[in-house]
Amino acid sequence: MSPAPSPDDGLSPSQLAAKYGLSVSGARPGLVSYVRQLWGRRHFILAFSQAKLTAQYSQAKLGQLWQVATPLLNAAVYLVIFGVILKTSRGMPMDVYIPFLVTGVFAFTFTQSSVMAGVRSISGNLGLVRALHFPRASLPISFALQQLQQLLFSMIVLLAIVVGFGSYPALSWLLAVPALVLQFVFNTGLAMIMARLGAKTPDLAQLMPFIMRTWLYASGVMFSIPVMLADKPAWIAEVLMYNPAAVYMDLIRFALIDGYGSENLPSHVWAAGLGWAVLVGFAGFVYFWKAEERYGRG
Amino acid sequence: MAENNDNMAGARVPTVIADDVHIVYRVNAGGGGRGSATAALSRILRRDKGESRGVRKVHAVRGVSFTAYRGEAIGLIGSNGSGKSTLLRAIAGLLPAESGKVYTDGQPSLLGVNAALMNDLTGERNVILGGLAMGMSREEIRERYQGIVDFSGINEKGDFITLPMRTYSSGMAARLRFSIAAAKDHDVLMIDEALATGDRRFQIRSEERIRELRKEAGTVFLVSHSNKSIRDTCDRVLWLEKGELLMDGPTDEVIKAYEKETGK
Repeated sequence: MSPAPSPDDGLSPSQLAAKYGLSVSGARPGLVSYVRQLWGRRHFILAFSQAKLTAQYSQAKLGQLWQVATPLLNAAVYLVIFGVILKTSRGMPMDVYIPFLVTGVFAFTFTQSSVMAGVRSISGNLGLVRALHFPRASLPISFALQQLQQLLFSMIVLLAIVVGFGSYPALSWLLAVPALVLQFVFNTGLAMIMARLGAKTPDLAQLMPFIMRTWLYASGVMFSIPVMLADKPAWIAEVLMYNPAAVYMDLIRFALIDGYGSENLPSHVWAAGLGWAVLVGFAGFVYFWKAEERYGRG
Repeated sequence: MAENNDNMAGARVPTVIADDVHIVYRVNAGGGGRGSATAALSRILRRDKGESRGVRKVHAVRGVSFTAYRGEAIGLIGSNGSGKSTLLRAIAGLLPAESGKVYTDGQPSLLGVNAALMNDLTGERNVILGGLAMGMSREEIRERYQGIVDFSGINEKGDFITLPMRTYSSGMAARLRFSIAAAKDHDVLMIDEALATGDRRFQIRSEERIRELRKEAGTVFLVSHSNKSIRDTCDRVLWLEKGELLMDGPTDEVIKAYEKETGK
């Protein structure tokens, strides 16, 4: 089969490609078509997150029971250390402090594990990225979604604890839903930022535990920020209380715990929660998309 | 090929154009990978003295150019580490080129879903997960599910499809992977040594399936170390060595030169 002389002979590769309407392989799609592609993969994103969640405990004898047992044990540890031994409640009655503490731990863990999973979502799945075609944002979103499902299991434990300490189901509990939705959007945006950084510098996975721990202590997981910082300049407490982790934590506490009223929240806290979610969610998405064609190298 | 004869002479339609493609891998080789957290911190701090420390570059593909046409089946040969698989990934748009460009018609796909499957999940869930990962819709998967399971022959010796994949023998797992991967139709199809999995009976079945896929696909790329399977399926061969395109021509000519070089 010898190629006959063709009218295409004189053309350069790019001219030839243009003539037959070929496109550059692996080029980054526009933002709108990227969103469309991502929507087309929603079933994959969901299935992948559920698969990861199931695979996590599939070797254990108790199996999926660990989904609930892990947060329960976590709560028990914090309860013993901070509630019984250290007594860090500082001015809060015990029946408020314990749910306050456990809500804080679970809500912070939600953000923390989304960040940690986000860092590794590209760098830890290079095999997948190098073998199949899909919008790469599927991965960090899927991991954030996995953490959301994990959190829903924790919520079962949390609600039991909240009821156990005397806050009974009320309409205000429904406020936890928008708070969690906002936190999820925030987490996803953050996971996408971390995914891009982690794809370039996998070392971040080792560094992140330190940063996350600093953030944990700065967000008032185990103590009330205004009470703890009462003798410091007021702006420090203000800054700490408007940091996104503290905002979402407080919103959920406010929704669930009877003795934790609005006087504990900074003003315009819902606006702050919404602002963080929109800002980080959108910025994270765009930031991640900007490097779409470069994931999977090296 | 039939498709070629349909076109008028000289009006061959290109499906893949590679224009001076270079691919460089960057490997973090310093400090033995995952050390303690403090080691990672110090590595980041040292980074500003230049990227050269700890990062090695592997120039896997060096300036490869070719044009593939509709209806061609192209074999890629060369010794281990010559850049064959890397080149396929670049054509598929999965690995970004350092310089140069790859133009393609539609979305080329690599035959392989191994990376999307999870050993801890049942075969059943892996079929669904793998299908979704390849971009099939839920309905498509539901339609083809039975076909995939039957083709893999997993259930011939009992109800294995509902067991986790880690309980499968390596042959069974390979068969299921191939069955999932081969369930989708492709425009430009790339096969990376997928022919040598499973027992004799499965090999015959999978070769048949590959021929079917070839008929449906516009252009097929095949990486293989078996000169026989290249001769059987391909009409054109690219010979890569050390990332450079050594030869590009009709199968017989290139294979003969390759066999002479490798002393076979």
